[in-house]
Amino acid sequence: MKFSESWLRTFVNPSLSSEELSHLLTMAGLEVEEMVGIAPAFDKVVVAQVLSKEKHPDADRLNLLSVDVGQAEPLTIVCGAQNVTVGMKAPCALVGAKLPGIEIKQAKVRGIASFGMMCSAKELGLAEESSGLMVLDADASVGQSIRDHLDLDDKLFTLKLTPNRCDCLSLYGIAREVSALTGAPLQHVLPANFKLGTGQGRKVAVTAAAACPRYIGSVIKGVDAKASTPVWMVQRLERCGLRSISALVDVTNYVLLELGQPLHAFDLNKLSGDIEVRFARAGEKLKLLNEQSVDLQEDMLVIADSKHPVALAGVMGGADSAVDDTTTDIFLESAFFAPGVIVGKSRRIGFGSDSSYRFERGVDFAATQVALDRASELILDICGGQIEAVTEVAGNLPARPPVKLRTARVLRVLGISLAPEEIAQILKRLGMAFQQQGDEFSVTPPSYRFDIVIEEDLIEEVARVHGYEKIQPAPIQARMSMLPLRESQRPLSKLRQVMVQRDYQEAINYAFVDADWERDLCGNTTPVVLQNPIASQMSVMRSSLLGGLLGALRANLARKQPRVRLFEIGGCFARGERDYVQQERLAGLAYGAACSEQWGTTARDVDFYDVKGDVEVLFAPHGLTFEAATHPASHPGRSARILLEGRAVGWIGELHPQWQQRYDLAQAAVWFEIELGALLARNVASYSEVSKLPPVRRDLAVVVDENIAVQDLLGPLRGAKAAYVVDVGLFDVYRGKGVEEGKKSLAFRVLLQDTQKTLTETEIEQSIAQLVAILQQHGAQMRA
Amino acid sequence: MQELQQILDDALRSFAATDDAAELENAKARYLGKEGSLTGLLKGLGKLSAEERPAAGARINQVKQQIEAALQARREVIQQQALNAKLAGEALDVTLPGRGTGAGGLHPVTRTLERIETLFHSIGYAVAEGPEIENDFYNFTALNIPEDHPARAMHDTFYIDGQHVLRTHTSPIQIRYMQAHVEQHRHLETMPDIRIIAPGRVYRVDSDATHSPMFHQVEGLWVGERVSFADLKGVIADFLQNYFETEDMQVRFRPSFFPFTEPSAEMDMSWKGGWLEIGGCGMVHPNVLKHVGIDSEKYIGFAFGMGVERLAMLRYGVNDLRLFFESDVQFLKQFN
Repeated sequence: MKFSESWLRTFVNPSLSSEELSHLLTMAGLEVEEMVGIAPAFDKVVVAQVLSKEKHPDADRLNLLSVDVGQAEPLTIVCGAQNVTVGMKAPCALVGAKLPGIEIKQAKVRGIASFGMMCSAKELGLAEESSGLMVLDADASVGQSIRDHLDLDDKLFTLKLTPNRCDCLSLYGIAREVSALTGAPLQHVLPANFKLGTGQGRKVAVTAAAACPRYIGSVIKGVDAKASTPVWMVQRLERCGLRSISALVDVTNYVLLELGQPLHAFDLNKLSGDIEVRFARAGEKLKLLNEQSVDLQEDMLVIADSKHPVALAGVMGGADSAVDDTTTDIFLESAFFAPGVIVGKSRRIGFGSDSSYRFERGVDFAATQVALDRASELILDICGGQIEAVTEVAGNLPARPPVKLRTARVLRVLGISLAPEEIAQILKRLGMAFQQQGDEFSVTPPSYRFDIVIEEDLIEEVARVHGYEKIQPAPIQARMSMLPLRESQRPLSKLRQVMVQRDYQEAINYAFVDADWERDLCGNTTPVVLQNPIASQMSVMRSSLLGGLLGALRANLARKQPRVRLFEIGGCFARGERDYVQQERLAGLAYGAACSEQWGTTARDVDFYDVKGDVEVLFAPHGLTFEAATHPASHPGRSARILLEGRAVGWIGELHPQWQQRYDLAQAAVWFEIELGALLARNVASYSEVSKLPPVRRDLAVVVDENIAVQDLLGPLRGAKAAYVVDVGLFDVYRGKGVEEGKKSLAFRVLLQDTQKTLTETEIEQSIAQLVAILQQHGAQMRA
Repeated sequence: MQELQQILDDALRSFAATDDAAELENAKARYLGKEGSLTGLLKGLGKLSAEERPAAGARINQVKQQIEAALQARREVIQQQALNAKLAGEALDVTLPGRGTGAGGLHPVTRTLERIETLFHSIGYAVAEGPEIENDFYNFTALNIPEDHPARAMHDTFYIDGQHVLRTHTSPIQIRYMQAHVEQHRHLETMPDIRIIAPGRVYRVDSDATHSPMFHQVEGLWVGERVSFADLKGVIADFLQNYFETEDMQVRFRPSFFPFTEPSAEMDMSWKGGWLEIGGCGMVHPNVLKHVGIDSEKYIGFAFGMGVERLAMLRYGVNDLRLFFESDVQFLKQFN
């Protein structure tokens, strides 16, 4: 809501500066988003009249003017404007005036002294562009400061109104609020003063009575539609952001701004037969004032004549019944439409209006007649004519059931104590009718307030007028109890720290991604799709974090970052059987050198095993198994499913060369992704006896076929649970001299230990023999 | 006995003359070895008379001790010199960079969230979470935002289907938490207070330097028998002062409108001589409490919500919201 301060002050004029007024409104919940002056600062510019004009003797394009500026003697002014005529009135900057960017001095122009400057709107900073002098009204009073004449000290306020404060969508409404807040008297709109003619009114039938509890229409005949709108009205409309269109339309807009009541003027002669307020019928169409055609639906309320709809009620009038220059008779409508009937319609047809904006929030149903009278009077003043008749149809207007307000509840909710008298005072100022019984009030909200339904609504009103600022913050007090701390759950922050320690930088990527990523990297052709994505490459919900990380990698490579290690924790989405499923995951991606470039270390690129080590550390002390398995994102020979206690919990792999090429990567990226739940679970520690005896180590070296996976040997070795064996690990892999082509040599470390006794050679040998047998069963040859 | 003195002088001189351990041992042999001159004198004692022998023996032994002491002292000096030389040779350029991998870092939003969670944890707030794809009931209806309410236009919503949206705020988490809390304490006459913060990602159809289609919110909720607007002001002021680590922080509350709170307020904080909007808050609307089965006569609650990126931007001086989601490591590393 945009309004002019000086217009507001015609209704209420508290002794507050503009800044103070702005602060008052903001702190009362009518946030002033912007307050700007109409004109830049300048002075010594007055209304001047051109008395005579003659050519400058030495310059073709210049004129010598004699100008009356209200002083004893006219001034001689050299002027280059092309639109100068004798008798015209225009602003004149006197010697000493400071305009935006220039100071006016007495100067010689081509040899002739000039005592001021005639101004264009642009020179005064009132317009971006202008051609020639700013033409002022013929009745402008010569010598008057231009600031006063054009009310240039006015300020424009823009309110960011919340949807509940529909009562402030008018100058009068804001003034009423300012009056309540300050106690300054409110200037009411004077009752209209006109005589009714003897002509016929239009018959109005309201079929949809609940949707339109009040409809008033007046017939005004003999208007001059070409009459020009008075300057003061144009100025006020423009300052509130509305363009002047024609006197008839301007008046309806003016009253809309002034009183908040949307009005509509039909051309009477374009209406056939009686008026009906009804819901649209299937198949009906209506071309609206903005030339848009709307296919009406059966829940849309319309104003219709005997043939077809002529207006979409509360939203916009029809083009075919609109007033124009040739209009002589009008039917002027002022109605109250129920908010629930209007709401949502403008969104459905794709555009709204000042009218629908107000009706869907709520218009004062007690002001329907007042607004019609006000507009009628203005039309008679400006366009002439005669009001022939007024038709009113009234039904059940919204009820305003009384709302209970307890002083004790005010204290409980706000935490401040207010006396019942103070509350009563506040209610009075807000124009709320109430009955008081001791500490309790029964309040009847006014017709213009649609947001007072429950006690809390009144408590907010009380707090608002009392001042939120006066409520003192209370120190925190609470009955304390400890928060649960589950030891079987690792804090997420610890997990993040592991990633940080492993040299990964955390990223947060959008959860909506390119559908191509989902298809390429996850083989997902049925992702969760957004109905209204912000961009086509952000149209589906991710089912994996990999796409986002890959996108981030590419962006960093484009910024010449040679080594990128990123991780992300976030939700991944899929369609479940009954609902959508969200799984939190942790994913990492490493690209470039294994270690940042440094002395004394041989440079090499990060590989599968580096990242596998990161994953193992993430899960430590839980052991993992990795099984070769293919994933759409990964190189088929360098891809593994991650298993925790036999359950698949994630993936690790080197990016498939195909995607490496598609996504312009010079090297392969290694990535992993793990279910967060699996990472967070941990066991609560449980003690087992520690041996005081030293462990015995035996190494087992074997030669196996290249295609045998280490896990295929390590798994059975560990699984055998041979006596006294406490650990089996791999410590060397060797290929080359001494080992046949197509084979590899593996060296296992076996630790044996007992808690009670030193092991005998026989006991050791028995266990080792068991392990050797297992190795041999799996095709391993013992090395000498 | 001039000879004895001569031997002592020679020994001391020759010991002092060498810096080499082997040479020193050779010199020692010349005096104390089997063929050494002092050994010779000792052997010659037998030739002396029984009367002369003790005195002569004592004198020789005294010289022997002197020589041995000198020898030991010299050995230590030479050893020390050798150690010093070895240490000098082993000196490192301690200014060479250390080896190993570096460390990564947390995203500034995560850092901010961790601080927020820690601060609220310190006054007994638990952390609650919920799904990012929400149904219409939790995102709107339960929060007192019926279909077609103008307040829905305040949220530019991403739709998945007719019933599901990407949550436009973290408020649905509060609904879910309150429902669970009520269920859990159904058997009690008076349920314990609800004190939670609900951080998370939220989505709005909006994108420019100050709006991101995805961002983070943190909401707080306190429901109990004795909770008031004054308490809400106290908690917010305490939080902002601690989050920004300044006692000077001024906080301003002004009336506003949210369908799920009544009274509602907009929170502003003092910033560089003006006021900056930091979030919305208010007393939980009785309709919201009704939706989750809480008696609004008995219990009162307050709720507040703040933009996490906003807090991070103010704290760290970031001037463009989009930077948070571009994953530029040059940006991210500044918060390590």
